[in-house]
Amino acid sequence: MSAQLVQFLLAGLTLGAIYALVALGFAIIYNASHVINFAQGEFVMIGGMAAAAFVDTGLPLPLAAAAAIACATLVGFLLEKLAVEPARNASVVTLIIITIGASILLRGLASLVWDKKIHALPAFSGEAPISIGGATLLPQTLWVLGATVLTVVALWWFFNRTLTGKAILAVSHNRLAAQLMGISVRRVLLVSFGLSAALGALAGILIAPISFTSWDIGVMLGLKGFAAAILGGLGSGPGAIAGGLALGLIEALGAGYLSSAYKDVFAFVIILGALVFLPNGLAGRRTTERV
Amino acid sequence: MSRKGFIALALAVALLPLALTNNYTYDVAILVGLNAIVCIGLNLLIGYAGQISLGHAGFFGLGAYGSAILAARYGWPPLAALASATVAVSIIAWIIGKPVLRLKGHYLAMATLGLGIIVSVVLATEDRITGGPDGMAVPPLSIAGFVIQGEKLWYWIVAAVLLGTVWLALNLIDSPRGRAWRALHGSEVAAGAIGIDPARHKLAAFVLSAALAAGAGALTAHYSGFITPSKASFLHSIELVTMVVFGGMASTFGAVVGAAILTTLPQFLTVFKEYEMVLLGAVMMLTMIFMPQGLVPTLEKALAAARRKPR
Repeated sequence: MSAQLVQFLLAGLTLGAIYALVALGFAIIYNASHVINFAQGEFVMIGGMAAAAFVDTGLPLPLAAAAAIACATLVGFLLEKLAVEPARNASVVTLIIITIGASILLRGLASLVWDKKIHALPAFSGEAPISIGGATLLPQTLWVLGATVLTVVALWWFFNRTLTGKAILAVSHNRLAAQLMGISVRRVLLVSFGLSAALGALAGILIAPISFTSWDIGVMLGLKGFAAAILGGLGSGPGAIAGGLALGLIEALGAGYLSSAYKDVFAFVIILGALVFLPNGLAGRRTTERV
Repeated sequence: MSRKGFIALALAVALLPLALTNNYTYDVAILVGLNAIVCIGLNLLIGYAGQISLGHAGFFGLGAYGSAILAARYGWPPLAALASATVAVSIIAWIIGKPVLRLKGHYLAMATLGLGIIVSVVLATEDRITGGPDGMAVPPLSIAGFVIQGEKLWYWIVAAVLLGTVWLALNLIDSPRGRAWRALHGSEVAAGAIGIDPARHKLAAFVLSAALAAGAGALTAHYSGFITPSKASFLHSIELVTMVVFGGMASTFGAVVGAAILTTLPQFLTVFKEYEMVLLGAVMMLTMIFMPQGLVPTLEKALAAARRKPR
């Protein structure tokens, strides 16, 4: 393998891990509420921007990161309580517009609370590059990949081994039946929005030392995360991770070998092609329509 | 209802110039009309046929750039360029629509969104033809050597096209085609069982809405004399869908009202400068939370309820 290819693959995996975290956020909210939360990308922005702001006030990085994730989680709770829950019975298009309205609102607030400049977080453990087969690897890349793997393991544990996680799964399978078993659907919705927001914020903090952060990064990250979730099959956790990694690799290889101006296009072209042949995504279940 | 509504709309359009005092207000009114044309088409697709599209700004942009490039770079007569661009975009929509409209719900949303983004990135990147992110100049519309210029003349042209589009939509909705769309919206399986071919009717709505978007895009380009890729962006797609849903889905007058309010609203919001985005987002959220049906259907319902009440 040439050093160049290794370099592109590493970049793709890093980007893919971030997309996977955002896509997982989409999947969790979709499972619990059947809402596509177009404000998901703003959680990524809030994570990065809040962490940068806390570091500027002199807080040590781990504390700043924790505080930023807490902030984003709070915004997730508020979004569910104030915007999604009152519109429970609205149509799909209406809910899409509500969450897009929320993302515009959050972006506007971010530019007011912070500013419209580009911010960076310091790398978690230095900037000295590590050399692998002629390719250079930033230590931050290892942080991104490691933290993503840990998060995925923790999520698996949460959904399979804890009562709250199982309650969320139950609601996603059959809301009425879950309610009859004594599960509080309102709490499940609240937890899943908070969890998605925390995942998004984590992604935003992890990537901020590499690709910087600013008030408007949420739009494209949100759309890519949605694309990854769709590619994997909406609502499937493993699908979201596979979709995210695939998207990151396609983008990095396309930008490296074909054209960097079109890096955002490759992903969408592949997704269109995939959807034509697999209308329910890679891991999507074949559904029959009930009449 | 719809005939009365049409006459009311025609009267409003005819009398509006009395309230338009300067070129700026004429300009806003023309933009309202152009957006309304797109929204009426989009409403046929989303509100009647029940198929979502988050990429219609792509068709708008293709129409605008297609006509602009033919007229500016190849020296075509603008009117011929406008017509050819609209036809070309319809053919593109027909080819794309075939596979894409098999998708449902969020998957269809993703596919149309992706199409829109592809178009906007291509328009911004191929700068030798399109002028890139800075945009390109577009020659004005001319018919047999007579150059159409000035806000007043444009107002009447856009008004005529708008009324024609409304008339077309109102008639379509009550035609067998429109009934087929509404049946599809209710249940695709049930519609299929009574002999309605879902694929064919969905495609018809998609192509018609794309053609209206492209035509309005081309008109916008020739009217303003300048076009940038932002007209094809995801945000513009969202603005268009928001106009449709805000005014009221499955209501042609709703689409016009939605376009009117959401085109003029940002003109007022500019007063608030840095709070503009926050206010726009808040308005979108609040109206959708409290009027999920949209403005016109909600008002109609309230009016009907008030009438039923004994005095």
